[in-house]
Amino acid sequence: MPMEQKEIESLIKVSIPDAEVTITDLAGDNNHFSAHITSSLFDGKTRIQQHKMVYDALEGRMGGILHALSLKTTVKKD
Amino acid sequence: MNDHVSESIQSTIDDNDVVLFMKGSKEMPQCGFSNAVVNALSYLDVKFEDVDVLQNEEIREGIKVFSDWPTIPQLYVKGEFIGGCDIVKEMFETGELSQLFTEKEIAHTKKD
Repeated sequence: MPMEQKEIESLIKVSIPDAEVTITDLAGDNNHFSAHITSSLFDGKTRIQQHKMVYDALEGRMGGILHALSLKTTVKKD
Repeated sequence: MNDHVSESIQSTIDDNDVVLFMKGSKEMPQCGFSNAVVNALSYLDVKFEDVDVLQNEEIREGIKVFSDWPTIPQLYVKGEFIGGCDIVKEMFETGELSQLFTEKEIAHTKKD
């Protein structure tokens, strides 16, 4: 069963509390999402590290039931 | 992961400057994410080795552990993990990918 957008968003926010999360349902099928995540916690990290933080937040769902989540991460500036 | 799987992955990335672990072949990608990376590399005229993980279940699961990265495709340049589809696409769009190939002395065509 596909994950709900809200579930993705809340999982990310548990691990990355200040995250601003924008999720787009790419195909309108509740299965292909893109997520844009902005957080101050990404500061000083490489893109790989930033994406890993999000994958960790999703607790192993990525690559499994979440095949089609495209990620973009941005450092939040004060 | 078995040692022989990790050794096989290591020798592939040692023996080839640019390696893409992907679903399908570069001639016939079997997944939109893999296809996007093939297109970016082809656009820059980069020669690369494609490893079709759909042909080998051990490599398919092994590469995720090897890179500590949950998804495929995965791009390696001179032994270094560069990222998956989202990162490579973003680097392509910003010109960083072309810059990376310049820094790593990989032959490619600059199209700025």
